[in-house]
Amino acid sequence: MSITHYLTLAIALFSIGLIGVVLRRNLLVAFMSIELMLNGANLSFIAFSRYLGDMQGQMAAFFIVILAAAEAAVGLAIIVLLFRRQGSVQSSVFQNLKDKVGV
Amino acid sequence: MVLAWIILLPLLGALINGYHALSCRLRQQKVIHGMVNFVGVGLPFVAFLIALSQGIPFILGAEEPIRENLFSWISVGSLHIEAGLYLDRLSTLMVLIITGVGTLIHLYSIGYMKGDSGYAKYFAYLNLFLTSMLILVLGDNLLLLFLGWEGVGLCSYLLIGFWFEDKAKAQAGKKAFIVNRIGDVGFLLGIFALGVLLLPGAGENAVIFNFEYIESQIGLITVSKVFWLSAPFIITLFLFVGATGKSAQIPLYVWLPDAMAGPTPVSALIHAATMVTAGVYMIARMDFLFDVAPETLHIIAIIGASTALFAALIAMVQTDIKKVLAYSTVSQLGYMFLAMGVGAYAYGVFHLMTHAFFKACLFLGSGSVIHAMSGEQDIRKMGGLKKALPITSMTFLIATMTIAGLPPFAAFFSKDHILWKTYSHGHPILWVMGLLAAFGTAFYMFRLYILTFTGKSRVSEEAKAHLHESPFNMTFALIVLAVLSAVAGFLGLPEVLGGHDWIAHWLHLGSNAAEAHGASHSHTMELLLMGVSVAVATFAILLAFVLYRNGLEGPNKRARAMRPLHNLLTNKFYVDEIYDACVVRPIYYLSQSILFTVIDRKLIDEVLVNRSGRFLAWLGSCVSRIQNGFVNRYAFCFLLAFALMLGIWVFN
Repeated sequence: MSITHYLTLAIALFSIGLIGVVLRRNLLVAFMSIELMLNGANLSFIAFSRYLGDMQGQMAAFFIVILAAAEAAVGLAIIVLLFRRQGSVQSSVFQNLKDKVGV
Repeated sequence: MVLAWIILLPLLGALINGYHALSCRLRQQKVIHGMVNFVGVGLPFVAFLIALSQGIPFILGAEEPIRENLFSWISVGSLHIEAGLYLDRLSTLMVLIITGVGTLIHLYSIGYMKGDSGYAKYFAYLNLFLTSMLILVLGDNLLLLFLGWEGVGLCSYLLIGFWFEDKAKAQAGKKAFIVNRIGDVGFLLGIFALGVLLLPGAGENAVIFNFEYIESQIGLITVSKVFWLSAPFIITLFLFVGATGKSAQIPLYVWLPDAMAGPTPVSALIHAATMVTAGVYMIARMDFLFDVAPETLHIIAIIGASTALFAALIAMVQTDIKKVLAYSTVSQLGYMFLAMGVGAYAYGVFHLMTHAFFKACLFLGSGSVIHAMSGEQDIRKMGGLKKALPITSMTFLIATMTIAGLPPFAAFFSKDHILWKTYSHGHPILWVMGLLAAFGTAFYMFRLYILTFTGKSRVSEEAKAHLHESPFNMTFALIVLAVLSAVAGFLGLPEVLGGHDWIAHWLHLGSNAAEAHGASHSHTMELLLMGVSVAVATFAILLAFVLYRNGLEGPNKRARAMRPLHNLLTNKFYVDEIYDACVVRPIYYLSQSILFTVIDRKLIDEVLVNRSGRFLAWLGSCVSRIQNGFVNRYAFCFLLAFALMLGIWVFN
């Protein structure tokens, strides 16, 4: 399989994740979409690493895995707290920062 | 560090007394007079002794000046200004006058200011004045001179408005300050012009405002131009504008007569003996620069002679004892500038010294009279005070004869030298003006003396009960000053009278100092002119005696007969009114109706402040629409911005 296939898959994963983040109101789903984007990026790193025979890409991929794990821990904790507060994980519920004058 | 102590001691006095005054006011305690006297008079006296110890070698003939470098004051790029002190013969003379006469006047003030609520504050200000004045004469560069120049201006303002509860006195202080600022702008421009000229060519560590450095660069200055005018002319002219302000010359003399609102010892020290002579000192200090600017010297001579005559005319009809002396001071300062203008710097400084003695004596004498009269200053309500005030009247008479130019008193020598130099340097018209001013001087001073001390008493019964001679500390100062004004003239005994003209040789100012000992003119001529001026003075004295011997009825009748002229003089040639109409009112009008209502209220307050504020609030409300609280939309914005940046990066 050529690198194009891997990259196509990576772009697809990243784009699905991006669309999910922008369009979905459910914070949990948005959060999972971010994980998709990270994995898309990861895939492209690994593919390039293999293609170029350079270990640096794999290093980056490991870092991203660690980062994703940390993010999951913190992000899920925040989402749990938000749910306790409002009884919902819909992003439209959380508008405290909205300016009083506008809209 | 010896020279620095001369300055530091009065400063210490000012700090101690100032602190004492403040702390007493805050705790509502009484001021401890003994402490204030000890500090306020003692420290200037110690400064005088130090000055004397440093000055004696110079008096005995030393020539090498003492230089003391204190610290680096300003150092920016290639501009270096050192705070250093410089004592040569000229500054020795000035320092001795300032500390000597200053100490006497401090001593006198103990009696004069007794019981005043601002006693400690007064001595603090007076000591601060001495500090500034000493910085002015001891500084080795133009900026230090300017620092002292501004310092004495501040103290003058504080002391004129010393009794600031009285609105007129506060106003007089303000007037003095503002008029002096006008002159100071000229002075600053002169310094700037000099700096612009010298800075480009200055070496690595050149201290460009140092007097000795300026003197070494005189060749460069002489050939330079500022705009299209010769550099020495423009620089000295600006410096002279500063001098007209500080030394009360036409056109900026108007503040000095009003400055009499201050306590009388202040008038004696600041507005007669020392501060107002700062301009003369400045010219003498920069004699090398003025020497290469003959046009400026010409202007100075004309202004000096005009001021001398003009002020003498006004003084002839004044009825306030201090106003007469104030105009007399303006007139005498005119003589000094006349001397400067004809290049006879040493005689200007000589007259400065004799004037410091006799005018301080006259002012302190008038203070003694005012003290005895419980505050009355109108000479029409005096008369016959000789009996009640024997010492005051005696010293006043000596000082009066001195200023009138009677031989052998001091001003005869100094004033006559000036007139002779004016004539022998080829200014016969200025000489005539000077002679007329001398006539006026003798006339108004004897008018003052006769009306105050002799004849029938016109004192009110109430004041008569309190008439008393002043205490010893006041009369002591009077006696010392009277003796000095009687004998100081012998320092400059002219060669035609068998003297050596010691002071002129000693000061040795100006490039034509050697020529100034006039070999070109005959001694007969000098003696003749001397005789003329003595005759004129004697005639004026006789005239004053004949006119005022029998009180005021005769003179009043004559004044009515010459009403227009008399009105012109009593109203001081309407100069204050003219300035009011030409300068003060237009500025008021401009400030009120244009600057305040249009520029400040409409433009600055409304347009610039309020409108710009409202505009920003409106802009903020527009932008705040973006902040709608939807996290997803923020993410979308984020995406858009990222795409945009990526696009720019790719396509560039």
